[in-house]
Amino acid sequence: MSAHEGSREGYDFAHPLPLPLLFGVFVVLTLLTVLTVFQANFDLGSYDIIVVMIIATIKAVLVGSIFMHLAFDKPMNVIWFLGSFVFVGLFIMFTLFDNRASQGDDIPVTNDAVMAAPAEG
Amino acid sequence: MATTDAGHSATADHSADSHGHDHDHPSYLAHHFDTPEQQFDSGKLGMWIFLVTEVLFFSGMFCAYAIYRSWRPDVFEGCSQFLNTKLGAINTGVLLFSSFTMAWAVRASQLEQHKKTAALIASTLCCAMIFLGVKAIEYSHKWTMGLLPAGLFTYDPSNPHPVGGPNYLAYICAPFAVATVGIFIWLVVSFLRGAKFQFECAKPILVVFLCFFVGVGLGTILESGGSESHGTEHAAHVEGGEHDSHAEGEHAGEGEHAAESHEQEAATEETAEAAPTEAIAGLVAPGTMVSSDNELDVIKRLAADTTNTGLQGELAARQAQNDMANGAITYHVYDDVSATVAAAEENVMRKSRAGVFFSIYYCMTGVHAIHILAGIGVLIWLLVRALRQDFNKNYFGPVDYVGLYWHLVDLIWIYLFPLMYLIR
Repeated sequence: MSAHEGSREGYDFAHPLPLPLLFGVFVVLTLLTVLTVFQANFDLGSYDIIVVMIIATIKAVLVGSIFMHLAFDKPMNVIWFLGSFVFVGLFIMFTLFDNRASQGDDIPVTNDAVMAAPAEG
Repeated sequence: MATTDAGHSATADHSADSHGHDHDHPSYLAHHFDTPEQQFDSGKLGMWIFLVTEVLFFSGMFCAYAIYRSWRPDVFEGCSQFLNTKLGAINTGVLLFSSFTMAWAVRASQLEQHKKTAALIASTLCCAMIFLGVKAIEYSHKWTMGLLPAGLFTYDPSNPHPVGGPNYLAYICAPFAVATVGIFIWLVVSFLRGAKFQFECAKPILVVFLCFFVGVGLGTILESGGSESHGTEHAAHVEGGEHDSHAEGEHAGEGEHAAESHEQEAATEETAEAAPTEAIAGLVAPGTMVSSDNELDVIKRLAADTTNTGLQGELAARQAQNDMANGAITYHVYDDVSATVAAAEENVMRKSRAGVFFSIYYCMTGVHAIHILAGIGVLIWLLVRALRQDFNKNYFGPVDYVGLYWHLVDLIWIYLFPLMYLIR
């Protein structure tokens, strides 16, 4: 609620982001997409998923902070949004802790044999 | 957000003074807000809370993904080869560009550049339609191959492109084609009746709907554009896929011709593929391993003696075989049966393997596509309002809120794309 020079309180609160910033973010996002496609050509073993998630998270932070204005937003909105990811983390982590507890088949599918190739000659 | 008549009269009944403040209250400011900034902040908080529910909603599907991938990483590697990385990457770029135009539209509406706002919202819409068009190619291609959710999964490695199925692409395109024709009729009628504003609205919306078919064309070109980029093990399947997409891309009449030529190819591929397929099919014939075996009881009794490690190992191996024969997702891990069937590489192109992967794939990308459709609906509403020049530097909330939603949809795709398409 900061008052601006020569304007009424609660009016003229818009802060348009500079166009070069928006375009720069778009270019960086595109480059990161190219990078993530490119890295898929290399066998990074089990680090693969970590690398991919780090790149995706950098992109998500860029989109969130600039495109969604979170970097310039009221702290309450940031808390709400980031708070949701805390619960997503808890949800997925605790489910994964448990995922070896039940062994055997939990997804009943019948007629599951591989279709044998018919002899065509 | 405009003050409604109902709201006005209700307040007027209570106190006649309330109208006295109306010179203070611009038309875009709802009556229960003191300032435009208060109105904007309240709306924005509401939008963020809605986005939180969206994040939690999608997390359920990401959780299903995480569990199944930790159970069967090999299935994800095998099935990811069937997803076209090129189409996924193009769609990522299209969505990122639409996010950029959306953010720019928010800026334009704040600066009261009305024409620019409308043009940028229209470009965002065009990107959304191109995304759906490419998606239509991806989906119809997989449906033709029988790469469907677990219950419907009919993919057959020896005959990846069955002939005579329905033309799924036509079914997906039909509603869009009908909508496009409808909008064209609206355009013509509004022009003839001299309804200027309707005509101004119909013009960009028609372009937006035509963009769906641009997306379909783009997807067709990329889908048929060579198979070098795919994994080598599944090259045979994928190569077949490229041939089929030729048939889809061209007219229906040529489809049969392409399918014919493919069948000859399938015959040559078979020599390479049939042997391992049949070997595994023989092993996993359901139920035969344990139930029909008379010696099993004897073995069980002998294995009860802890010193009889050899028979215990055999029992464990049979158990593993039986688990596998019944289509188990996870097995008990036996240290001493590493040389048995449990350790053998299995064919993942089955209902309980690839089928479940494609269930997750269709669930996640499908719900995402539904969000794109919803976004298209809201953006069209926004486009009409932008053409009406509703927005100004004190009232740009709707553009900003829809922008937030659109960026979230983009955010979800940012994670979906590498998790689905880029598994090697």
